[in-house]
Amino acid sequence: MGTLLMMNRRESLNAIAAAGLGAFAAGKLSVAAKAADMASLPFGNGGRPLVAYPGKRPLIRQTTRPPQLETPFNVFNEGIITPNDAFFVRYHLADIPLKIDPDGFRLTVEGKVDGTLSLSLAELKTGFEPLEYVAVNQCAGNSRGFFDPRVAGGQLGNGAMGNARWKGVPLKALLARAGLQRGAVQVSFQGLDRPVLPETPAFVKALDTDHANDGEVMVAYAMNGDDLPWLNGFPLRLVVPGYYGTYWVKSLARITALDAPLDNFWMKQAYRIPNDACACTEPGKAPAATVPIGRFNVRSFLTSIADGATVAANRDLVLRGIAFDGGEGVSDVAVSADGGATWIAASLGEDLGKYSFREWKAHVTLSPGGHRLMVRATNRIGQSQPLAPLWNPGGYMRNVVEAVTVTAA
Amino acid sequence: MIRMLIVALLACAAGAARAEALTYALPEETAVLKPGAGVDVATSYCLACHSADYILTQPPKKGKAFWEAEVQKMIKAYHAPIEPADAAAIAEYLASTY
Repeated sequence: MGTLLMMNRRESLNAIAAAGLGAFAAGKLSVAAKAADMASLPFGNGGRPLVAYPGKRPLIRQTTRPPQLETPFNVFNEGIITPNDAFFVRYHLADIPLKIDPDGFRLTVEGKVDGTLSLSLAELKTGFEPLEYVAVNQCAGNSRGFFDPRVAGGQLGNGAMGNARWKGVPLKALLARAGLQRGAVQVSFQGLDRPVLPETPAFVKALDTDHANDGEVMVAYAMNGDDLPWLNGFPLRLVVPGYYGTYWVKSLARITALDAPLDNFWMKQAYRIPNDACACTEPGKAPAATVPIGRFNVRSFLTSIADGATVAANRDLVLRGIAFDGGEGVSDVAVSADGGATWIAASLGEDLGKYSFREWKAHVTLSPGGHRLMVRATNRIGQSQPLAPLWNPGGYMRNVVEAVTVTAA
Repeated sequence: MIRMLIVALLACAAGAARAEALTYALPEETAVLKPGAGVDVATSYCLACHSADYILTQPPKKGKAFWEAEVQKMIKAYHAPIEPADAAAIAEYLASTY
């Protein structure tokens, strides 16, 4: 097994050298070797190196093989759209694609369809009416490191999320072109990544047919006006707006219409949440029943002031941040400067669509001393955020009202 | 400077190689497991499928039940071919080291 991995890595290095990128690779390695910059996530054992991968700015490295990179939180104060070079990265299985021929690449649509499709990137870009919208992608385990008691899994801060403008082909149009047959109950999605061991379940996810055919789920070939970054699923990824990132299969190569629900580890055991309204259990307890994770719950963040910052006292202070939900759209954001005793309405920024981050701003004037600033969003159907964090064994769907402690002086 | 070089090389590769495959170079893997009794067996099994930082970043001092569950997850869910004696040694190493 180890030999296999070594060969894969050596082969990829050879391929890079052959492409005349040897100096580039060598340069990267020395940069990585020298990188001493560390991020400190605010929970136990939260130190992480900041590493710049090709095509990415320095990001918080959670893991190396496969790569998992978290967006430093200050990026979310730069703008409502998360830049491609700062967008978080999450893989499951270590044999990730390191060589892709864009001209030879084909997307297969198969299974319970009248005719199998094999589509080139050019055919996808010119043969279908494109769809474009802004949507948040968020890892199911975003913020897992804050769970108390702590749970196993990626120990993420709040940066496993991002908001981008996606462009691609509606999945519905692909399924129609292939001739989706009656009796297809789910549609499954597989990318170019593979497990290291052939016995390990390949990463394949599925959506119910009605969802796959909703006209919004998209096979995206562009992100913020450019090709998808390599580590975000070049050349194609599934975009499932409002839903957790586990469904947003990267380097998507195979779409299969199924006559029975997909029965694999990634649907039946992983990414499942307690089957109750809060997706929560008593801390430390296993749920009685579970369902596959679905839509985002409501979240909001203060982005303009870091925890522990000192701000000017007795002066108008503008607070700014972001809010989002699973697709109803954020209707209200409120902030508290007194630990939740009183709340002030924030004003909302430009509406980039119901799946996008929504900017908010609020004005407060703080007396000298310590203050606990809190932010809480509500969506158009009245869903909001809990004041105390909810818990589940997977470390999924954290959406507690966030608080930042500042000193006014 | 290095960033400019990278951009130039990437642009060059993309422009010149329309008919060729694109490649991606991952940075070198540097994380290693901490020393301790059982580190060799843990290295040979665990690191076959993932890097050491998968272990290094877990919450500290979670104890034996936590790490036994992780090793069992690797065996049952991911089908890691670990014999019971090795699984016990790995769990013991992980529980006493992290």
